[in-house]
This record gives sequence, C-alpha cells and structure tokens, in this order.
Amino acid sequence: MMWARTIIVAALLVATSIGRAAEIPQAERRSGFSFMTPDTQAMQNEDTANPGMLWVLDGEALWSGKAGTSGKACADCHGDARASMKGVAARYPAFDKALARPVNLEQRINLCRSQHQQATPLAYESRELLALTAFVAQQSRGVAIETGADPQLAPFIDRGRELFLRRQGQLNLACANCHDDNWDKRLAGSAITQGHPTGYPEYRLEWQSLGSLQHRLRGCITGIRAQAYDYGAPELVELELYLMSRARGMPIETPAVRP
Amino acid sequence: MASALINVPRRAKRGEIVEIKTLMSHIMETGYRRTAAGEVIPRNIVTSFACRYNGVEIFRADLFPAIAANPFITFFTVATESGKFDFEWIGDEGFSETASASITVE
Repeated sequence: MMWARTIIVAALLVATSIGRAAEIPQAERRSGFSFMTPDTQAMQNEDTANPGMLWVLDGEALWSGKAGTSGKACADCHGDARASMKGVAARYPAFDKALARPVNLEQRINLCRSQHQQATPLAYESRELLALTAFVAQQSRGVAIETGADPQLAPFIDRGRELFLRRQGQLNLACANCHDDNWDKRLAGSAITQGHPTGYPEYRLEWQSLGSLQHRLRGCITGIRAQAYDYGAPELVELELYLMSRARGMPIETPAVRP
Repeated sequence: MASALINVPRRAKRGEIVEIKTLMSHIMETGYRRTAAGEVIPRNIVTSFACRYNGVEIFRADLFPAIAANPFITFFTVATESGKFDFEWIGDEGFSETASASITVE
C-alpha cells in the first residue's frame, strides 16, 4: 500500500514538473459528466433515478413553508421559483453590497433567512440548506454559467485564481497541477477532471449524499494534505467564484451525480 | 419531507412488459461504523421492500447493510390490467414508508 502510494506521488511529481501550467482553452472544456461511465450518466439524466432529486423535492417543500418569526415563506416574496429563480444559480457567487464581498448561494439563502424571515441561519451541509440550494439551483438547469460578469468581483476572482495556482500542503500541489495540467490523466483508478463546478450541490456516490462545492473543495484540500478552510470562509468563496467564472458558458447540471 | 421517487409508465398495452423504478430516501447506516469516540453507530437500514399490483404481491426484496444509501430498486412486470401499484419499505428503528402509482392498461 505504502509502496503504491509512493509510486502515485512520484508519478504525480514527475507529471507536474513537466506540466503545461496553462489554462484550458475554451473549446477543450469538459464537464465532469463527460468523464463518467454511461451508467452514472444515465443516473444523472433520469430524474427518478437521480438521488439528488430527493433533496430538490425537500427544497420545494421548504420553499413554500413558513420560517422564522416573520412567518414568511421564500415563496411569499419570490413567488414561483421556476420563474423567479431561473438563472440565479448561474450568476453565483455574486457581490453583496452590504458585506462588500462575494457570497455564494448557500450564504445568500441564509442572509435571506436572517434578514427577511427573521429565522436562524441553516448550518452548512445540513439537509435543509442543501435541499433549498439544490431546489434553487435546479431552476437554472441548462442555463449557461455567467458568474463573474459584475466588475466589482474582479479582485476577488483574482484572489481565487491565486489560490487555485498556489502550491500548498505536504504534497505541495496546487489545484492547477491536476485540474489544468493533468485533466486528461487518471489518479489511481479515478479520472482527473477539469474541476468545473457545473452541478452543485451534487450527489456523490462516494458521499452517499448531496454535498456543496465547499464540501468538495475541502475534500480536495485535505487530499493534498493541507489544512482545509472552514465552511463559508472568504477564501473558499473566492475559490468557488474563480472556478465558476472559469466555467463561464457551461450549462448548470444541478443536481449532478458524480462517482 | 419527500421520501420516495417512483417511475411507472402511466399507460401500457395489455401484456406489455413494463419497468418500474423506485428510489427511497434512506441513510442505510451499516452498523459497522464507529464514531470518533469509538462507539458503534447502530445499524439503521431498510430491511425489506415489497410491491403489490392490485393487491397481489409481484416483487419482494430483502436489503442488507452492503446496499448504498437511498436504495434504487427497479424491476419488470407484465401489465395485465389497469390499477394501482403499492410500494412498501420497512426498516430498522420503526422505519415504514409507503407510496403508490397508477397505470392504465389498454
């Protein structure tokens, strides 16, 4: 086992040292979907086989359920989500004027809860927050990602990009070493994808649950033996923002299924 | 909270073979895992699934700890007459869920 790991790490180090370290050209960008087996693709494509839909249905119920001391439901302000939320997830993370920094979709939902519903914010990765986020994001299924169009976001995208390119952890790897330079190769048995966050929150077979992009990012950061940022940390939101702006033009797949 | 997703064709010809797909929301905790403190997390799985077609049982399955969360069970049957499919999932900790779907046979 140790021997196999050493080989993998050595192979990675060799691969990264001759890496191209260049961004993926527009025409070569591929969703994680295209790296999957036909079985897993079929699971995502069919709503009654896609376990992520269980969360979407929960989210639909939460959308019209009253919350907090205001006694208001999401639907009381936003109406029918199919119209009001279409395309919203394709623009997140987005700049929040009051906070003067970008917030992701989960944070926007919690801001809405605390400011307009007088309700307690939902915990990151809780069933409720994932369900609401999945329901809102699913309304944008098929809509092209346009995150980052707001010029106020520019310095935050730059910081996210810097983090994407920065080597870190005991393995001394940057996100880019795998997801820009080696996405056409495999790491052990798994495909290294290009890291486009097109389907979050997504159902990962490995998690046996729905999870957020920050859940995924924290997993990757732990994988390179670095200290992961806390959920909701500005660094993670900036990284999320950079990744979404890097995936601009690709269609939203929420709720995606991944291995 | 939603718990089951059912896919049954709404219409079928008499004698046609139809596929029935069911997805149940369940954590399927194996009973083999432990907490950080070393305590066993008790088993909590769906133990049995059954489908009745107009009251007659046409499919039954026993489930075990190796089955992943949110069990997805599909099977085939012959569409003989219009009516109702009743689904039932039973599990640990008093878990019990039902769902149904109708079919029109022409």
